[in-house]
Amino acid sequence: MTAIDATTPAIRFRGVSRHFGDVHAVDRVDLDILDGEFFTMLGPSGSGKTTCLRLIAGFEIPDSGAIELFGQDVSSLPPYDRDVNTVFQDYALFPHMRVAENVAYGLMIRKVPPAERRRRTEDMLELVRLHGLGARKPSELSGGQRQRVALARALVLHPRVLLLDEPLGALDLKLRQEMQIELKGIQRQVGITFVYVTHDQEEALAMSDRIAIFNGGRIEQVGSPPELYENPTTPFVAGFVGVSNVLGGEWARRLTGAAAPLTVRPEKIHLQPADSPSPGPDQCAVEGVIRDVVYLGMYTRYLVELDATTDLTVVQQNLQTTSTDVLSARGRRVRLVWDRAHNRRLAA
Amino acid sequence: MATVEAASQAGRTRAGSPPGRGHRLSTYLYRRPKLVLLLLLGVPLLWLVAVYLGSLATLILQSFFWLDSFTGQVVRTLTLANYVELTSRANVDIFLRTILMAAVVTLTCAVLAYPLAYYMARYASSRMKGLLYLLVLLPLWSSYLVRVYAWRLILAREGITSWFFSALNLDWLLDGVLKLPVIGGPSLSVSFLGMWLVFVYVWLPYMVLPIVASLERVPGSLLEASGDLGARPGKTFRSITFPLALPGVIAGSIFTFSLTLGDFVVPYSLGNSSYFIGQAVLSLQGTAWNIPLAAAFTVVPMGVMAIYLLGSKRLGAFDAL
Repeated sequence: MTAIDATTPAIRFRGVSRHFGDVHAVDRVDLDILDGEFFTMLGPSGSGKTTCLRLIAGFEIPDSGAIELFGQDVSSLPPYDRDVNTVFQDYALFPHMRVAENVAYGLMIRKVPPAERRRRTEDMLELVRLHGLGARKPSELSGGQRQRVALARALVLHPRVLLLDEPLGALDLKLRQEMQIELKGIQRQVGITFVYVTHDQEEALAMSDRIAIFNGGRIEQVGSPPELYENPTTPFVAGFVGVSNVLGGEWARRLTGAAAPLTVRPEKIHLQPADSPSPGPDQCAVEGVIRDVVYLGMYTRYLVELDATTDLTVVQQNLQTTSTDVLSARGRRVRLVWDRAHNRRLAA
Repeated sequence: MATVEAASQAGRTRAGSPPGRGHRLSTYLYRRPKLVLLLLLGVPLLWLVAVYLGSLATLILQSFFWLDSFTGQVVRTLTLANYVELTSRANVDIFLRTILMAAVVTLTCAVLAYPLAYYMARYASSRMKGLLYLLVLLPLWSSYLVRVYAWRLILAREGITSWFFSALNLDWLLDGVLKLPVIGGPSLSVSFLGMWLVFVYVWLPYMVLPIVASLERVPGSLLEASGDLGARPGKTFRSITFPLALPGVIAGSIFTFSLTLGDFVVPYSLGNSSYFIGQAVLSLQGTAWNIPLAAAFTVVPMGVMAIYLLGSKRLGAFDAL
């Protein structure tokens, strides 16, 4: 066992692999999650993010490598001996118990005296704004309320790490956005490490201190939301966080003189008429035809075709333009201009 | 896909040829869901109400008639005489004997079926599960009578069970067990012990299947959540798995309990001279021609089952449904 000091990460993966038959669900992952941070595992389905969460919880045992919790190797400990709690994707509320019994379940297991059990359950229901609903059955609650019960049930045990497996996946957009803010607030209030799994990049950007991007059982990049958005290091990250605007091969050589692919974010690109004056030396310019226009109210998304195999997405705010203006732009020849400084070189 | 087909269908009919008779009938029924419901449920409902509930009502009515022992005719005036007769010492013994047997058989079936059902619902691969379903159901493909008589041979004094015990030099054990009062007898094939064995064998599938079904409905995430909250597997079983699977156990026990209550073949083949409810009913209506008393006899297991179900409900067995 390692000595615990301020720099000991809450969770450490050391060369962790988990295979299911031929499928490498998690493939030699190394990762440090710091104490007190809101850490998100982001990736498409089947990328290994949920398996990583289950490895931390103890529902899966790694085939190789080790998982440490605050410096202690927990790789072979069963879930009930680990100081982490989970909020499940389907909430996993016990249908035969009332809300208060669900929340108090862990306290009952730990043989907390009934008076204290009741007090802590009440406090926790208050925290998730479900005060007075303790006597209901889970089936009598809405999706958002069930989600809060699941959260309260996990938090009431004061775990050092809370694991959340796509907890907002089943909620509608509006409720999801509200819950994002609320979850973040609760995390600040209780001050423990949250490990959050999602496939929704906006959710990840909105809530996280740091994000790990998963792809094919491996981590492509770890960083803060601005780092990942502004400095993606691989084409996959560039495409998964934000819109994929990757220029490769001939285009990359023409614009930067090197063959390495580059990406530029759609909101950095300006749309100009094809006959506008040539740009300055610290700007990039390409010409293309607008193939598609998606009017989204606040802004408009244009798909500009540079050649048969290359498109760029451009986003422009509708500051002066109206929907009639933007929709008539389809088929028009345009010049795309952006500052050279916004080019991001990617690993091939 | 369906809408595309429907659209092209509509296009075709509009284009000329009138819609066929089948098409018009479909559309007619499509617009009248209540008529469809009536057509679907009419015959089964008629069957249930007229044949099933009707005969049940006749049975209960019969139990209030009485047999004129002088003429041997059933007299159709209402009386409670049959029910008074049920309370005689000999008859109460029959009821207690049968209910006790049914309870023990049910308990044994539950204890045997649960681990198998748990394995089938939680761990078995789909191939293994199919195989186990087949094995559980296979005995039901052969005649119940044949199986009971086969067991009579298996358990007989000269049968394979005795041979097995003597081959292991364990005759003393079998003899000792058979010497036990009440449950023993001259041989396993003529004893309550043998009856219990055969009852458990014939009703076990009816216990396994509902428990598998109810365990399959318990999401795995609930068990993980319980472990996540600190419960060891034993605690998870007591607090989560068992309460949630209880409706399946109750459903299975309704089968095993009521089937044992009403059975007359097993007591007839393997019992001694002491009667069970089924035998009493058989001999009352077959030999004594006392149909009213036989009817009153059958009302008792119905009452027992009603009390059993109410008790289960009171205990919360159906809360998780």
